[in-house]
Formats: sequence, structure tokens, C-alpha cells
Amino acid sequence: MEQLLQHLVNAIILGSTYALLGIGLTFIFGIMRVVNFAHGELYTFGAYMVYLFSVILGVNFLLAIAIAIVLGVLLGAAIEYTLLRKLRGADVDTTMLVMIGAWIIMQNGEQLIWSGVAKSIPTPFPEEPLSLGLVSVAWSRVFVFVVAIALIILAQTIIQRTRLGKAMRATFQDRDTAALMGININVIYLATFALGSGLASAAGALLGPIFIVMPTMGNLAVLKAFAIVILGGLGNMKGAAIGGFVLALVEEFGAGYVSSGYRDAMGFLLIILVLMVKPTGLFARSERIG
Amino acid sequence: MNTHSMAGSPVLAVNNLAVHFGGLVAISDASFAVDEGEIVSLIGPNGAGKTTAFNVISGFLRATQGEIVYRGQRLNGLRPHEIAEAGLVRTFQKTSIFGNNTVFENVLIGLHRVSAASTWETLLALPKVRRRERQLRDEVREILDFVGLGHRGEELAGSLAYGEQRLLEIAVALAAKPSLLLLDEPACGMNPTEALSFRKLLSSISERRITILLVEHNMRMVMGVSDRVVVLNHGKIIANGPPAEIQKNPEVVRAYLGHGAQKHA
Amino acid sequence: MTTTMQWLFVAALAGLPLVMHDQYFFHVLIMMGIFTIGAMSLNLLLGYTGQLSLGHVAFFGIGAYTSALVSLGFDIQITETYTFVLAPKPAWFSLICSVTLAGLCGWFIGKLSFRVRGAYFVIVTISFAEVVRLVALNWVDLTEGPMALNNIPPLATALPGFDSGPLQRKIVNYYIVLGVAVFSFLVIKRIIQSRLGRAMVALRENEALAKSVGIDVTRYLVLAAIASAAIAGAAGGLYAHYVRIVDPDVFLFIYTVTMVIMVVSGGKGTLAGPVVGGVIFGLLPEFLRGHTVPEVQWMIYGALMILIVYFLPQGIVPAVNKWWTAYRSKRDQVVATNVSLGRNPQEQEG
Repeated sequence: MEQLLQHLVNAIILGSTYALLGIGLTFIFGIMRVVNFAHGELYTFGAYMVYLFSVILGVNFLLAIAIAIVLGVLLGAAIEYTLLRKLRGADVDTTMLVMIGAWIIMQNGEQLIWSGVAKSIPTPFPEEPLSLGLVSVAWSRVFVFVVAIALIILAQTIIQRTRLGKAMRATFQDRDTAALMGININVIYLATFALGSGLASAAGALLGPIFIVMPTMGNLAVLKAFAIVILGGLGNMKGAAIGGFVLALVEEFGAGYVSSGYRDAMGFLLIILVLMVKPTGLFARSERIG
Repeated sequence: MNTHSMAGSPVLAVNNLAVHFGGLVAISDASFAVDEGEIVSLIGPNGAGKTTAFNVISGFLRATQGEIVYRGQRLNGLRPHEIAEAGLVRTFQKTSIFGNNTVFENVLIGLHRVSAASTWETLLALPKVRRRERQLRDEVREILDFVGLGHRGEELAGSLAYGEQRLLEIAVALAAKPSLLLLDEPACGMNPTEALSFRKLLSSISERRITILLVEHNMRMVMGVSDRVVVLNHGKIIANGPPAEIQKNPEVVRAYLGHGAQKHA
Repeated sequence: MTTTMQWLFVAALAGLPLVMHDQYFFHVLIMMGIFTIGAMSLNLLLGYTGQLSLGHVAFFGIGAYTSALVSLGFDIQITETYTFVLAPKPAWFSLICSVTLAGLCGWFIGKLSFRVRGAYFVIVTISFAEVVRLVALNWVDLTEGPMALNNIPPLATALPGFDSGPLQRKIVNYYIVLGVAVFSFLVIKRIIQSRLGRAMVALRENEALAKSVGIDVTRYLVLAAIASAAIAGAAGGLYAHYVRIVDPDVFLFIYTVTMVIMVVSGGKGTLAGPVVGGVIFGLLPEFLRGHTVPEVQWMIYGALMILIVYFLPQGIVPAVNKWWTAYRSKRDQVVATNVSLGRNPQEQEG
């Protein structure tokens, strides 16, 4: 029982960052139809920025995380502006190849700058875990959970409440009509990619201090983000949030009760199973043919 | 064998067909039949359910209720390629060709069904397969000449003029050797000259003992070529009869005027 | 490329051992050949059916592990009392096993993902590759996990009378790889130039139309997946017997990316494309070596991938073909103009 609860708590905390990662990716896909293979590199980027500012430059930990998120947004905007802007209207495969190229460049660039040696980031939180009756949680994880949920709510608010968000949703529904209505598609795309990248960077900034930071950490992250997005249905933000928690639950319980070596395989098996049963993901609206 | 003039037993029977999309009713309780050798037109205002009916008959959509029977074979639940295998071949409302292939290759792909050879025979390139490949090339030329694209064979399908692309669609469909051809607004976008020669093409297809079910907005063409016209409105069949009768049918006139008479153009 | 040119190219490759006597040179060519076979197999799916398989390395790795395990022998404890034991088998036999098993996996993936297209297909294939990699990493009893399978018997000894020296062994390996590459090329060519290939192209170009003329697209997608996986499995088997050590790193995503770059740069959906791409990206690392660290080499790969998509989206082979056709028609036009004094007999389209 205790163990079960502990797994559940772990899964919910992990799930919150997975949701963050997945929402960013699905957001970019839904609006821009771009399968962003560089998503995991923005995640890595976020973690390294926290390392740079907090450990090397000695900036306050919380501030370092905020800086990492802002820089992630800027990097996303830069990628959109330089690589994707000229490929408007290109098919999914084309932009996917470009993003794979970007992924390879970024990952090896990180390897070059930071070397392959893993880095760890100390957190300012007390060592003593927070005890909640039967289960206990490290304070650093509580922090991750709170910030991740806050960011998800913030992203939702931007999309639902602001003018920019309204324009994004209109573009999501129908790009051409949105353009006819006077929405500047270039601005929307830039904002979309920047926001999605910021969320990925945030996930890295939050998880970096909990795990370790290394150049290849983005590889598994991007694959998991895909898993989450598939679970939720490509382009479905609510689905991605749920998908994040589902994946975390499956991994946590799979690792706890089946085999820890196959922890990372659980998500992929889940994807394969979901797509066999429902080829458009769990929460996808069915698309019309014809 | 039935010929054009002596239309006989129904080859296609659509019985009590209903199609719902969620709560939306696209077709409710529609029944009609097409006889051997006939040219039947399915008309109706926009959104009446014509293309939906096509999609269901050709297996691209599932019927909510009712059944579709072709020459005694129930088509419900069959996949599109199995329906083509049964002899029903359709074209699409939006121009649908293999744009990056040559005109010749387009028709060659269309001949897939009749080029039948097993995978192993093909991989081993048995003499029989090679002979068949040569025959296929002759057949492509014959079909291209038939629709009037004989001189365009080496061009990329995507580079053809619009009217020619529409002819190519017919050629590709004919290559699949249909016994019933379902044409979804084939003359849409053609200029009057092209439309006129297209009418002649329809007649010569019909002379090849191919039954035709046509969805078309060009009323002059519909009334000129059809043996019978079936009128759909709001997912229901409101009239079914020879063109002259349909033109006088008050309900049909009302349905069209109610939705704007500009469609008669 | 005409058939004559293809055979001249093969003849030139086959003649190389007569003039070159450098071990390392042949090592580079062998690795290039193995990856070119992989790229050719990927092209069948990516280029012809239009389905981007980013888990292609799974079939390569499955081929490598199968070849390694069958030639080394293995045992799997199935129940408490029953253990399945396979005695070591000859290398040629294990290579056949790797082709077969990889082909079966291709069939499985084809069946599994027959309903998914585009981005979903990509993700199913990536997931499959990751699952297989994790199995190779964790099933230590069978695969030795990260400790790797060592001392895999070489294929070269399977031929009698050819084990005199390291150079000779390299040359024998070279001919084996060349032979498999040529055979694979011919199989793919046969598929592409038949009704099977036409059905695959139809799926890529217009799936709805393909179905409507009676093409069972699923069947041909599965067929392409089987052929593609089997050939990739052969490449993996060759790799295992040549390098003689296999670890879970054979499933690294970067190998898939290498194959994708080869196909896309050479020209997807063309027979010669993966070969051209394979030669370029097989030799490029050797030119870069000594000048840069591996990270920079990969960064150059990434940058080239982006540049190709921007400037040669169809790939090198179609671009050269186009240029050649334009050049020839221009030449013919000049001739025709000269002959008919300004009246061009050929109809020109704007």
C-alpha cells in the first residue's frame, strides 16, 4: 500500500514535467504541422542554462530557472525565424528532416561545449523530505511539480484568454481562413514555436537539477514527448497533458512492479498498443477523409 | 448481354441507406437502383448527400444503415480496393491523379487490377509476366487514345491543363476495367467545348457496356446523357425518373430554387 | 542512370582490388557498402511508399544480433526444466537467418502500422527501434547487454582458401559486401519496375486514388516493409560478421539518421539515389577525419541535411537528371533549329 502510494506520488510529479514537454510539442504540431525533433534539445538547453547560471555564474537558483525558460523562448523564436520561416507550406516530412538536422547540430554543439561528462546541479531545498503520512517527497520534487503545474496553467491561459491565443486557435482550426481574416501567420508561428520551445526548456530546467545533465539527455526526452503526444492525439493539448500523466504512471508502475530495466520501454510499448487500437491517438478528433 | 438500349435487371441496388456523422444526418433512408448499361445521374443541391452516397458505395465511408448490393454481392463492409475488385470504380470530385508521374504511368498504375500476377511471379520476372507487361503498355496506349490523351503520354500528369487532367482521371478509372463507373462531378471546371466532347466520351464509355452513375451539376449534360435521374435533397430521394419527367417535377424545381437557381448554369 | 552505366560502376568497384592494396581503404569501402545497403533498403519505404521509417536501424540491429547469436550459438531458458540450446552455426547460415528474422519483423511492423500514416508511422517505427534497443540492453542472458557479443565468426573464413592475410581478408569481405549490395540493388530494381513498385508509388502519390482503382495499399506497404527490413537485416548481418562485435549501440538513432541523409541527399524514390548518397556520406567522414572531432563531423552532417532540404529537395540524382535532360534538349534543339531553319519539329511546352 505504502509502496503503491509512493509510486503514485512519484508518477504525478514526473507526469507534470512530461505534460509540460508534451504540451509544447503538440502545440507546435497542432498549429504549425511541424514534427519538432529538436524539442528534446530545447529540453537539454534548459537544463544546461540552469547549470550555467546557477552553478558557474552563481545566480540565484530560481532566477536561473526563469532565465533558462526565457532563453528557451528566444532560442525557439530564432529557430523558427531562421529554419522554418522559409518552409511555409512544405510537407511534414520536409520540416521534419530540417528539425532532425537542427537536433543533430544542437546536440553535438552541446557535446562540444559541455563535454560528455554529466553535470549535476545542487538545489537550495532542504535535504529532509516532505512527509505526507505514508509517503515522503523530496522538496525539490515538490518544487518541480508546483512550477510545472503553474506553467501549464499559464500556457493554457495564454491560449484561452489572450488575443494572441485566440489568433493561435483560429490558425489551428484553419490556417488559410485565419490568414484571410487578417491574422499575421508569421507572428503566430513565431509565437507558437517560441512558446512550445519555452515549455520544453522549462521541463529541462526543472528536471535537470533532479536528475543529471548531459548532452544526450534530450534523446529520450524527445521520444517520450512523442509518446505523450501520440497518447493524447497529435495537436490535442488537453490530451497531451493527460498523456504526460498516463506515461508517467505506466513507467513508474512498470518500473516498480515489472522491471526497472524496461522502464523506458513502457512508453514505447504503450504507443504501439494505442496506435494499434486507435490509430489517431486516444483523444484525437477523427479527421474527415475526402 | 444487355446493351445500352435494352436496360435490364438492376446491377446496383442501394437499399434504405442511411449515413450519420455523429448527430448529423447526411443521408436518411435512400433507395435507388441502377440497371445494367444505364447512365444514371444523381443530382441535388449542394450538401444533399451525393458525394456521401458515392463515398459509401465505394467503401470510403461506412453506412449507418441499409445495404448496397452489386450483382448479388453485398458491398457493405468491403474496403475500397475490394469494391474496385468487384467492378465498381469511382473518380473523385476534386481532381485526383498521380501528379508526379507521367500520363502513361498514371494509366499503367490504373491497370494494376488487370495486370494480375502473383508477387513471386513478378519478383522472378517469369516470361509470362514480361509478356503481360508488354501487353499492358499496349493497353495504356489504347485507353489514352480512347479518351483523347494519346499525344500526352510522356508528360507529367500534374502539368496537364485542367480539362485534360479530368480526362486522365477517367482514363485511370477505365484502366481498372470497371463494369460500373462512378463519376463524381467529372465535368466540373470544364469549358463548354470540353464539356461537349466529354458528353461524347460518356456515350462511348457507355457503348463499351460500362454502366455509369454520375454526380453532376451541369444540368445540360445531365439531361442530355442520362437515361434516368435520381434527385437527392436533404439526404432523401425526392424524385427518380427519366430526364424529361424530372425537369417537370415540381418538388425538384422547388428544391433547386430554394437553394438558389444558380446551380443550373 | 542507364543499365550500362550501372554495370560499369560495379565493374569499376570489382576491379579496385587490382589497383589498391591498402587495408584501411577497403575498410572504408566495406563500411560504406554496408550502410549503402541499409540506405537502399530504407529508400524502398521512404522513397517509394513515401512512409518515413525512422526506426530503420531496428532491422539493421536485429540482423546484426541474429547473425551474431546464430553463429556464436546461444541458449534461452524457457521453463525451469527446459532450456533451448542452439549450437554455433556457420556464418553463411546465420546471415540467412538474419535476413529472415529481420524480414519477419518488417512484416510485423508493416501489419502493426498499416493504419497509421505520416507522423504516426514515423513514431511507431521509432518506438519499435527503441523497444528493440532496450531489449538488447536488458536481456543480458542472451545479448550480454552492454558487454557486447564478441568474437563473432567472420564471413570471410566461410570461403575456403582465403585466409592468408589481413588484406586478403579485407578484400574477401569487400567482395561479399559488394555482392550483397548488387543483389539487393537488383531485387529493389525488380520490385520498383514491376506492378509491385507501381502500387507502392501509387500509395505515396495518392492513396485514395490507388484504393479506388483496386490497389490493396496495405498489402504493398507490408510487402515494402518486409523487403526493406530483410535487406536492412542483411546489412546488419554483414556488419556483425565484419566488425565481429555487436553491442546495443547498433541501434543508435544516429545510424538511422545516416541512412536517411544518404537517401534524401542522393534522391529518394530513385534507384541510384541511395548509392550516390551512400558513397558521399560513406566517404565524407574519412575526409573530415583528422580535420575535425566527431562532434563537428556530426554537426556538418546536420547542416548538410538542412542545406539539402533547402537547395536540393529532390536530391542529387533527380537534379543531375533534370540538368542532363535540359542540356540534351537544348543541344537537340540547336541541331533541330539548324536542320529545319528555325522550325522546331518537337512540340515545346511553355
